[in-house]
Amino acid sequence: MNQLDLARIQFATTSIYHFLFVPLTIGLAFLTAILQTAWHRSGNSDYLRLTRFFGVILVINIAVGVVTGLVQEFQFGMDWSAYSRTVGDVFGAPLAMEGLAAFFLESTFLGLWIFGWDKLPRRVHLATIWIVAFGAALSAAFIMAANSWMQHPVGYAINPATGRPQLDNIWAVLTNPVFLWGYLHVLLASAVTGSVVMLAISAWQLRRVRDPSTNSSPAHAMFRLTARLSLIVLLPAMIFAMFVGSELGVIEARYQPMKIAAAEAQWQTCRPCSFSLFQIGGGKNDQTPTQLIEVPHLLSLLATNSWNGQVIGLNELNSQYQRQYGPGDYVPNVFVQYWSMRVMAYLAALLGLLAVWGLWLMWRGRMVGSSWFLRASIWALPLPFVMNTAGWMLTESGRQPWIVQGVQLTRHGVSPSIDTTTVAISLLVFLLLYGALAIVDIVLMARYARRDPGPAPATDTADVPVPASSY
Amino acid sequence: MTLVSFWYIVIAVLWTGFFVLEGFDLGVGMLHGVVGRDEAGKRAAINTIGPLWDGNEVWLIVAGAGMFAAFPGWYATMFSGLYLAVVLLLVGLIVRGVSFEFRGKGESDRWRRTWDVLMTTGSLLVPLLIGVGLGDLLHGLPIDRNQEYTGTFWDLLTPYGVFVGLTLVALCLLHGSTFLALKTTGDVRARAIRLARQVAPVTGIAVLVFVIWTHVTAQEGFLPNLVEVAAVLAVFAAAWLAGAGRDGWAFTATTFAMATSVLSVFVALYPRVMVSSIDPAFDLTTQNTAAGSYALGVMTVVAVVLFPVVIGYQVWTYYVFRERVRPERFRASRGAAQTMG
Repeated sequence: MNQLDLARIQFATTSIYHFLFVPLTIGLAFLTAILQTAWHRSGNSDYLRLTRFFGVILVINIAVGVVTGLVQEFQFGMDWSAYSRTVGDVFGAPLAMEGLAAFFLESTFLGLWIFGWDKLPRRVHLATIWIVAFGAALSAAFIMAANSWMQHPVGYAINPATGRPQLDNIWAVLTNPVFLWGYLHVLLASAVTGSVVMLAISAWQLRRVRDPSTNSSPAHAMFRLTARLSLIVLLPAMIFAMFVGSELGVIEARYQPMKIAAAEAQWQTCRPCSFSLFQIGGGKNDQTPTQLIEVPHLLSLLATNSWNGQVIGLNELNSQYQRQYGPGDYVPNVFVQYWSMRVMAYLAALLGLLAVWGLWLMWRGRMVGSSWFLRASIWALPLPFVMNTAGWMLTESGRQPWIVQGVQLTRHGVSPSIDTTTVAISLLVFLLLYGALAIVDIVLMARYARRDPGPAPATDTADVPVPASSY
Repeated sequence: MTLVSFWYIVIAVLWTGFFVLEGFDLGVGMLHGVVGRDEAGKRAAINTIGPLWDGNEVWLIVAGAGMFAAFPGWYATMFSGLYLAVVLLLVGLIVRGVSFEFRGKGESDRWRRTWDVLMTTGSLLVPLLIGVGLGDLLHGLPIDRNQEYTGTFWDLLTPYGVFVGLTLVALCLLHGSTFLALKTTGDVRARAIRLARQVAPVTGIAVLVFVIWTHVTAQEGFLPNLVEVAAVLAVFAAAWLAGAGRDGWAFTATTFAMATSVLSVFVALYPRVMVSSIDPAFDLTTQNTAAGSYALGVMTVVAVVLFPVVIGYQVWTYYVFRERVRPERFRASRGAAQTMG
């Protein structure tokens, strides 16, 4: 392990960890805002209790999401100073905009929402949670614009004096097709993550209603409202996420053909190309894995949107790149690409089926009575997190060996002034700290997700203030 | 004024804004166990900053991101050079950040005591380490001709840097105690006022030494500049006002003392951004680290449009939560307390 490996491991683990919380809090913020709106509109105090119940879950996770985001903000300079120096002119702008436009909004209004229940008029207080959700979604926009520039750099020119890219068109950066489709994909994934978590918690609470051994209160029955809401959000979000993800694949195939060819372990150029559901073997040293259950034409369709589209193989791409950029190996880790793509897609299909099942039961009025469905919903809890992680591995590992596609190699981006020991110490510190945070977060989530929401508050009438929250 | 110097001012203002706002949050974090003898007192202290601290901390994030965008070379050298100190700083920020949220979410005394310790330690580490870092920018670090840091972790602990760190800790303690005096009632307020009186003379002397040391380090003639004079006057005014029981004016004075102290480092630094202790020719300056004029132009438009809006809603937040926090509120509602958020 050298400094480069450790710096990559550190960036990967801290980013993956951070991104467990990002889509959850974006999704849950919107769902909580919907619940509070439902209370505001209907005056049904169940919606108020659900708002506050899921609000606690939201706030716990925002706390971890925010503090782990701090690490991301400074890590570019710490471990990737050569990268920061080279591309900061372009890459820094969306990051600064993110802070100014989105983080301020999200953090300030979150404080207003948590502590302002009895201090703000109800309509204004309702607006604060919507602004929190909007701010969270906006912050994801800017960081996606920055990341998309690394996948498909646009809107820049190389400064002849320094040899570094310089921003010359911010609109090109903000309308990068990889960004537009990638951002939409992230927003939909956030809706999926938030709704699956809401569904799982609601299912757990509803199971208590059915089980006579637990001393359930009538309050638990109100979780059918959130189960319904999450299912109604989940199905379309999942379908659109798959659709947008496949379109994103076509766009990436245009700008990063290596990424898509590697995701199908397509070493030789093909036309038309079939898609394998599974393979045995595969990887750099095994260019002829046994591919099982091949679906004809599907890869052509996925990668090019046409029935007989051509997908250029990894070997041919590699020789093209060698002619263009000089000798070297430009093939990303094929094993990671192949399986991260499939894990994401297959779990998506599974969650889609769960949503269809749930909606069908709901329509027949049998959802609360279906022990199997409730149990499956609880077990679905980790799936969106696995999918989100797989999606990012597909995106980021597929960009390798580039840190910015065609502009800078990852190994040239690392800090020249840092030695291996320093990164090792830092990695160890973050692993321990993040491990402890994960345990605390899970313990608190379990406690607050399973607690009894308690008796109905006496706040059904508009003139009685809702009690304030506090630390 | 060129865009480059405008952005140097923006960065200086962001760091100053961070210390003015988060400064009292950090002070409250360090002092909550001292001013609040019982659980209700501690909760009262923490809840004075409850709705505010998160928004205040964004000033730090924007300061960092602003450096990345406007001065990529500065950002790259500073954060890679200060590597292990930044790791420690992040640990401090992380444990402090979650401690606010997690502290009240457990039932046992041990749980709360653990988070109290982490909150206090984190709140101490943050101004100390950032202070060391700011001091090092001016004192000078081993930086070579390629703008790369060549020293070790121990080279970061320059005497001047460490003293700036300690001064900022003292300023945060004073700023936090005047804030607590302004925002609480009863016994918590009484203890905060007493603390402010005790901390003020020490902080005053620290700031005086800090200003002289900064002035000498910068080697800019005999006469002190306006910001340096203002820093000393403000901190002694704060000491006097805290003693006189003028909560609002004392807090105003500590605000000025904090702002001018942080600014004085940036004034002394300009037009350099990081001094090289190897050769003045290797100094990082605003010019040799800045982004291109197009990027700076875009950022200027964004900042000019958004900053007033941000200031607007942050001021409004302070107005919404203008009431003092009463410790009795937590005594009365114990057990039935709303523990959301």
